[in-house]
Amino acid sequence: MALGAAMNINRPLAFAAAACSALTSVPAFASGGDAAPVSPWVSLAYLVAGVFFILALRGLSSPETSRSGNRFGMIGMAIAVITTLLTHEIANIAEILIAIAIGGVAGFVIARKIKMTDMPQLVAAFHSLVGLAAVLVALAAWLNPEAFGILDANGQILAVSRVEMGLGVAIGAITFSGSVIAFLKLNGNMSGSPIMLPGRHVINLGVLAAILGMIAVYTVSPDGGAGEGWLFLAITVLSFIIGFLLIIPIGGADMPVVVSMLNSYSGWAAAAMGFTLSNTAMIITGALVGSSGAILSYIMCKAMNRSFISVIAGGFGAEASSGGDGAAKVDRPWKRGSAEDAAYMMKQAESVIIVPGYGMAVAQAQHALREMGDLLKKEGVSVKYAIHPVAGRMPGHMNVLLAEANVPYDEVFELEDINSEFSQTDVAFIIGANDVVNPAAKTDKSSPIYGMPVFDVDKAKTVFFIKRSMGGVGYAGVDNDVFYMDQTMMLLADAKKMVEDIVKNLGH
Amino acid sequence: MDFISILSIFVMACFVGYYVVWSVTPALHTPLMAVTNAISSVIIVGALVASAEAISPVAKYLGLLAVVFAAVNIFGGFAVTERMLAMYKKKERK
Repeated sequence: MALGAAMNINRPLAFAAAACSALTSVPAFASGGDAAPVSPWVSLAYLVAGVFFILALRGLSSPETSRSGNRFGMIGMAIAVITTLLTHEIANIAEILIAIAIGGVAGFVIARKIKMTDMPQLVAAFHSLVGLAAVLVALAAWLNPEAFGILDANGQILAVSRVEMGLGVAIGAITFSGSVIAFLKLNGNMSGSPIMLPGRHVINLGVLAAILGMIAVYTVSPDGGAGEGWLFLAITVLSFIIGFLLIIPIGGADMPVVVSMLNSYSGWAAAAMGFTLSNTAMIITGALVGSSGAILSYIMCKAMNRSFISVIAGGFGAEASSGGDGAAKVDRPWKRGSAEDAAYMMKQAESVIIVPGYGMAVAQAQHALREMGDLLKKEGVSVKYAIHPVAGRMPGHMNVLLAEANVPYDEVFELEDINSEFSQTDVAFIIGANDVVNPAAKTDKSSPIYGMPVFDVDKAKTVFFIKRSMGGVGYAGVDNDVFYMDQTMMLLADAKKMVEDIVKNLGH
Repeated sequence: MDFISILSIFVMACFVGYYVVWSVTPALHTPLMAVTNAISSVIIVGALVASAEAISPVAKYLGLLAVVFAAVNIFGGFAVTERMLAMYKKKERK
């Protein structure tokens, strides 16, 4: 019933208030018995925490409600932590509070200092911590099953708990090592290009099968006591290895899918541990996060017209960039524009659509871009921003950067909402994007990006394309016909510098 | 709670998650990832249980370490989400 209510909330505040009043009576009832069966109030408190987490995600349906959503998340977390602390006999509360303080201060400082362009790395790093925490909790449960209440009459860990712990430790370890690789690639410590091991599909499938087999053997093995047998540790180690192997062949352009997928895994790991603890807050959250990551992965794959399997198999961009050189070398005429040209043309235009991509993030050009937009708006030009679902390195990456630069979110449009407008637009201004505006995706069946939904920038009257040089191609390694169109002017420079020059010229 | 009740909650929550996440506007997908990150650190509950009952010292320290990691995520995740969401502004109407 609570779940049903959460799906269709017209007055979340009233609901939250009711939930809070239910909670206030919890500790008094719960402190009675520790070893005795869990009081229903404790379970209720965790359920309330879970409902708050649902409300947290529900709030994100629009920017207006999003901040209260985030608060609901914080309340839910506070309820879960306080309930746990109140209902367990804790001898070492000082140690625990110190641990929370260390982690809390570190997390808070990182969150305040991080640059918005580095958000994908940060999210990957945070995923790795969830994974690692899940591994540590699973190992602790294995060493001290009594604390988790998962022992049977013979002092053996319950079979069902062994399955849950096995899955929890495996998914947690994959999340950890996979996220570390994703972090290193996103942060530039490791090349973004795919690293292909020979026979990797056979190796990966073999290791995955071995992990599942070992979980099955562990479940029925006689070594089911606390910390007994080597199988559990072997599952952990193999899972760390497979997480690493799974992510290294995946290239930079596929990172939005990888980050979403690891997000999903971190949820499933939390859910598996929630099963071990019979904790509704953890199970609800795990299911929410797991489905959230899965849906984001699906949206990203669809926006690239690729199957999830082909992304996971990896290697995208590796073959194309080695083989595509010959085709790209064919000399075709193109026009070079200058900052003056761009400023003049856009001032005269009635409407300008700006298409940002990862290059804008790399060049940190978002603030200059907003300044340009403001000057154009002063001249009476209609300025809109068009964002492709896979622009950048994680879902919604461009939206956050534009928001950081104070671009109002109602000037920012999604692919399907704005694509029909290009044919009536005077200027399409492409900054740091490439594959998402490539018409080959619509026409060339042999192109690796064929079928991917792209912006129809070729229909705009004039196209300005900011690019560092003519030599480079997009992540997909394919040439772009937009470069050579009659109405296209290439602006070859660093994105930030070029936009700043345009701003200077607009000022005159 | 028996396994089937827990499983029921899990399956229902998957459906709730499915519908709630589809209603999230694409502009907020990055904050969505940050906040899901923060809430999946509810795994701190398991870490607290592990670190509270000191039958096995190794398990206790593993638990405390997990508490630190989860706390980084909880505080960092909510704080960074708050920071991002504060930046989303509407056009100023004159």
